[in-house]
Amino acid sequence: MKPLSNRSVVVSDKKFTLAEGSYLPAVIKGLGITMSHFFKRPATVKYPEQQREFSEVYRGKHVLKRDENGAERCTACGLCAVSCPAEAITMVSDERKKGEEHLYREEKYAAIYEINMLRCIFCGLCEEACPKQAIFLTKEIAPANYEREDFIYGKDKLVEGVEPMKRIDISKRQDR
Amino acid sequence: MSLLKVTIDNKTIEVEPGTTILQAARMIGPDVAPPAMCYYTKLKTSGGYCRTCLVKVSKGSEKDPRPMPKLVASCRTTVMDGMEVENFTSPEVVDARNGVVEFLLLNHPLDCPICDQAGECHLQDLSYENGKSKTRNEFERRTFEKIDIGDKIQLHMTRCILCYRCVKVADQFTPERVHGVINRGEVSEISTYIQHAVDNDFSGNMIDVCPVGALTDKTFRFKSRVWFLKPVDAHRNCDKCSGKTVLWKYGQEIYRITGRKDQWGEVEEFICNTCRFDKKAPSDWTEEGPRKLSRHSVISQGHYGTKTKFVASPVTLPNKQLS
Repeated sequence: MKPLSNRSVVVSDKKFTLAEGSYLPAVIKGLGITMSHFFKRPATVKYPEQQREFSEVYRGKHVLKRDENGAERCTACGLCAVSCPAEAITMVSDERKKGEEHLYREEKYAAIYEINMLRCIFCGLCEEACPKQAIFLTKEIAPANYEREDFIYGKDKLVEGVEPMKRIDISKRQDR
Repeated sequence: MSLLKVTIDNKTIEVEPGTTILQAARMIGPDVAPPAMCYYTKLKTSGGYCRTCLVKVSKGSEKDPRPMPKLVASCRTTVMDGMEVENFTSPEVVDARNGVVEFLLLNHPLDCPICDQAGECHLQDLSYENGKSKTRNEFERRTFEKIDIGDKIQLHMTRCILCYRCVKVADQFTPERVHGVINRGEVSEISTYIQHAVDNDFSGNMIDVCPVGALTDKTFRFKSRVWFLKPVDAHRNCDKCSGKTVLWKYGQEIYRITGRKDQWGEVEEFICNTCRFDKKAPSDWTEEGPRKLSRHSVISQGHYGTKTKFVASPVTLPNKQLS
């Protein structure tokens, strides 16, 4: 049979020579490889202090956007939940009352919006499906946690702040 | 009387005299049946308003083989012997239908993310198949205040496409006429005339016949999206109607109740308001089983088969504290 690559080695059970039987050449060769790595660039970074450069369109933790007036854009239409292949998103909608126009953009809003981060595969289909440009994935990493309940992110963790300082810039994702 | 032979999109069928082209096409099957927004089999004199069912008659009949000069509304045109009709095979028809959809969408707001009808909306399906993604209309869409028709039905006149189906329901199921279309042309609107409440036992059926989200169930308003619910056929003994309905369930909770719709989106049997609005406890109903859905329907999303093929045998855990 023709080999798939030229890296295959034919195995034989021939007897070792005296030099091979002492294992010393192989040990020295292995040490040489190890020592050569002292002078090469390390493959890892020292994570919390040092961070790798992220792609502009990295898909991390979600954000629920507010519009320019600070009203939530999400109308709980359910398209993110229906497109989600991991079924990580659930929501309960409610009707906007009089006097809440500054809080919610449309007459319907998500009273409860939850993403189970243990289920989420960060595929970005939810932001793809969103007709209101309400949900986006950010560069932020969803942190590790101890309890399962803490991985279910509600609106308190997902909705961005009203103040200009707390807004999350997603313009790079919109430009695509 | 002898049967009439009619050919629609190269498929031939023999039908009774007096059958319309649309009915004949539906007898052949969904491949050739033109879409219809206003025509409703069970409502007399419905049809002829929306023009989505336009077809081309390329041969009038055996005796007079001349083609009809213009596209005709198939819901209002009866078949003749030897008639040949082109529907999806004619580019002219497809083009005309695209134009009709554009007209229907002139004033229709694109608030599908909010609308309770989304997912089972005929206009949504129609515009998905025939519509353009952009409107050429440069003017403001007409808007109306929301109106309550009775305490269970809400009218979003903004979304209405004036198909008159609900008016026919009110006309044909109620003793006195309390609901109609007022004004003319672009400013016409369906109304109960000075907010006169429709409190007939069968008024809820106007929700089912509405092809768009203009008439919606207030008891279901913003409760859920239709594709998150599981439709289940059910019945109960009702002294007013047949009691055969579809329950839209989320878990064990019944979110709303509608009539059973056939493959053309038409209600099989009209149901009364008691069944529709007041009987939301699971104990009121005898369930018959999950409703058959088209695999491509958004409503069948996430509904995996009901049969469990493999049931794990109970495993006896060793006496070990897990926590």
